[in-house]
Amino acid sequence: MKNNLLFDFTVDKKTKTVFVNREFAAKLQLVWDAFTKQEILDQWWAPKPWMSKTKVMNFEVGGRRFYAMVSPEGQEHWSVQKFTSINPTINFAIHSAFADKDENINTEMPSSDWDLNFSEQDGITKVSITIKHKDLADLETMLQMGFQGGFTMTLNYLEDLLTTLSQQK
Amino acid sequence: MRRDIFQAIADPTRRAIITLIALQAMTPNAIADNFNTTRQAVSKHLRILTECELVKQEQQGREIYYSLEIAKMKEIDKWLNQFKKIWESRFNQLDDVLSTIKKQKK
Repeated sequence: MKNNLLFDFTVDKKTKTVFVNREFAAKLQLVWDAFTKQEILDQWWAPKPWMSKTKVMNFEVGGRRFYAMVSPEGQEHWSVQKFTSINPTINFAIHSAFADKDENINTEMPSSDWDLNFSEQDGITKVSITIKHKDLADLETMLQMGFQGGFTMTLNYLEDLLTTLSQQK
Repeated sequence: MRRDIFQAIADPTRRAIITLIALQAMTPNAIADNFNTTRQAVSKHLRILTECELVKQEQQGREIYYSLEIAKMKEIDKWLNQFKKIWESRFNQLDDVLSTIKKQKK
């Protein structure tokens, strides 16, 4: 690890809610931009070797981000994130659903509600994300839609590596 | 056939049963004493949990004891850990992007 910034990830199985908290060594405005501007978002949203490709980004209440996770083989998994509320540099909320390449929402696939909060202290910006699912098993579908094959293997490798590293400490 | 571990933990009564038998193996009657439902309802939950391979049965004399398959519960945590990894790598990439942007501004 290259820093000691906060990162925690917890899941409340009862409420089917995922909590992700992370600090960044950057000013609030910059982190806010990184989450809300297409050209920055696409640089980091997809864990490598996946790519994030945003086709439509309309950051306003009622607006949407229509984007794809593109696999190394070029396979595209499209999603629509609708912006349901926005308080600039403080928080925004989205409703996330899967779609086809023509932006038809797939109602059979799981959707989720996201709440993202931003705050800065001493030049460190903290982002707190809450993701509510209808069903915890939906996560499995998301995993299959987003990150099949290669990525899971990379993760397994990473997990082994992390285990080895933590044992050395 | 139920084989989905998430079905096992989707119901509040089943979660309570899991918590109970995590501490010690129990008979269906002893488990049922903890709930305001019928013995039949508890049996049904135990059957689902068994089908999900989350609990195991053991015959002791005339009684059947139910206990938790700890390893199976750990699978859920392991599975959830994949999502942690996704966010982790996503955010590590964002660290790089942020630091690049900061340098460009200087």
